[in-house]
Amino acid sequence: MSGPAANGGAGPVLRCTNLHRYLGQAEGRVHVLRGVAFEARKSEIYAIVGPSGCGKSTLLYLLGLLDLPDQGEIWINDRLMSNDVDVDRTAARGEHIGFVFQFHFLMLEFSALENVMMPMRKLGRLKPAEMEERAAGLLSSVGLGDKLHRLGTHLSGGEQQRVAVARALANQPSIILADEPTGNLDVKNSAIVFDLLTRLAKENGQAVILVTHNPDIAGRCDHTRPMRDGVFV
Amino acid sequence: MSPNFRIALRFLTAKKRSMLMSLSCIVLGVGLFIVTQATTSGFEGFFIKTILGTNGAILVQDKFQTTLRSIAAGSYASGFEIRQREGQKFVEGIDQPELLKKELRRFQNVAGISEVLRGTVTMRSSFKDQTVQVHGINLRDHELVSDLGSQIVEGSEDAFESQLAGALVGREIADRLQLALGDSFQFEIGGQIRRYKVSGIFQTGVSDIDRVWVYLKMEDARSLLKKPTGATYLQISLKDKDRAREDAAQISNSLQYSAAAWQDRESEWLGVFRALRFATAITVSVFTVIAGLAMFNTLAMIVMEKTKDIAILRSMGYTREDISRIFLWQAVIVLGIGAVIGCLLGAGITFGVSQVPLPIKTIFTTQKFIVEWSRWHYIEAVGTSVLVVMIASLVPSRRAARLEPGDIIRGTAQ
Repeated sequence: MSGPAANGGAGPVLRCTNLHRYLGQAEGRVHVLRGVAFEARKSEIYAIVGPSGCGKSTLLYLLGLLDLPDQGEIWINDRLMSNDVDVDRTAARGEHIGFVFQFHFLMLEFSALENVMMPMRKLGRLKPAEMEERAAGLLSSVGLGDKLHRLGTHLSGGEQQRVAVARALANQPSIILADEPTGNLDVKNSAIVFDLLTRLAKENGQAVILVTHNPDIAGRCDHTRPMRDGVFV
Repeated sequence: MSPNFRIALRFLTAKKRSMLMSLSCIVLGVGLFIVTQATTSGFEGFFIKTILGTNGAILVQDKFQTTLRSIAAGSYASGFEIRQREGQKFVEGIDQPELLKKELRRFQNVAGISEVLRGTVTMRSSFKDQTVQVHGINLRDHELVSDLGSQIVEGSEDAFESQLAGALVGREIADRLQLALGDSFQFEIGGQIRRYKVSGIFQTGVSDIDRVWVYLKMEDARSLLKKPTGATYLQISLKDKDRAREDAAQISNSLQYSAAAWQDRESEWLGVFRALRFATAITVSVFTVIAGLAMFNTLAMIVMEKTKDIAILRSMGYTREDISRIFLWQAVIVLGIGAVIGCLLGAGITFGVSQVPLPIKTIFTTQKFIVEWSRWHYIEAVGTSVLVVMIASLVPSRRAARLEPGDIIRGTAQ
């Protein structure tokens, strides 16, 4: 497999400065992120840890351009994206960012192969046969080569999460964002999924930023960034 | 196959039952719309064909003269004026039909002209008397402005032409007076009695005509009615029947004769048919409205159930427009299938209905259900369902497109 599509240099593939985010309205409004700065470089694995409600996931969604910051800047591959229009941010997600969520978020009416091909079909860089070949290759690399045509409903939790990892890698993004990717798995499957994610990301030169409560997982990452009350400590 | 279409198709199969409800309503809406339009238009078309085949597209009768104009001294500004209620005086009949026919032939849309002399007489058979209307015609001229040839159900035009004192008698008159082909009967008018023979029996399908009309050759009618010149009216057929109103107005203006187009002569019945067609269209459109509501309901449910899928699609680079299209495609797929099945159902029922024996003897006579095969019924039926269902689908599809992936995932993750 080839490397990420952009940012071949040594600079950060993802950078944010002074990020602020409020959630809720009126009296329930909470200042969740209080001026967070962060950067991630290719082939590095970052763990963001901290107690529930400290703003880890909120930061991840902002970095993944799924949410808009109230203040601050987010740069992806040296392009300021935080204030871009929705269409551009959506395009950037498809091209540069792969997501792995705690609850897998597979589309259950589709087979494992179709789930992995889904982002490729949208990006439209490859021909159908090439997409299928690449998706099959990715599923083989996560150990699901014999379950390509199984529907999401016929896969175990660990298998679904491995499909989600393969799907996150489908468009060769430069950044993988994982929100508690092992949070819903047993110890054995947690280890398998984490190993896969980090190995494939290293092989492809992708930056991985993961949010986790699991100290063992955090300990195996290249960098650990603890958070508390909306700031890194 | 586009990624959006592929996803839409798969979402659809996950909601088979709900979609079947929408599909059924679309099928019924389209199918019944077609059937009701085919039948009401069929009867309307038959009625129009009948009135054109009997009375022609335009009837020219009664010369009119402008009477009693206001008179002013000098000019109307002078203030000295004898005011009169301005009006028109009608002179019954056409005194010089040949001259008028010559003028009428200059109208490009005129296809045929027949002069008709009409009079009321008492008709007597061995069994019964009846008041009838005698119509004196020149058969060959009249064939150009009517369907008389095809309306003769017994006897023939040739027999009518060749037989001395031959008459074409309406079906209902013949039945009432128990007259058969070749039977003799009498006409009585002004104390004189003349004998004629049934050389043909015609049936127009219009009861008002079949029970009082008798055709005589023009010379026989002139002799009977003692009208050696003139005509009661001229019956005109047109190349384009739909231009009858314009042509009638032009005839009235330029020739000073009252000219009545078929649409105005039969405006009451045509209005009834139009109202009936509209009413049935509205009634069966209820199915289409239910289809729209069902589609709205189903898509709204899918949006609620698929919020996670929407979030993951958005995270993979699918735009708001893509999400909207995924839901609109679902409506289009169901609509497409429903429209095709609905059209087939409509065509099938229309054919079935057209085979049903249904003796009707009201303003017209027919032995079976009359239907009209028109592509416009199919276009209107499908168009109505497209309009209703797509409008109903817009709301949930736009709602799906507006969902923020961050909000959805945050709600699940925390």
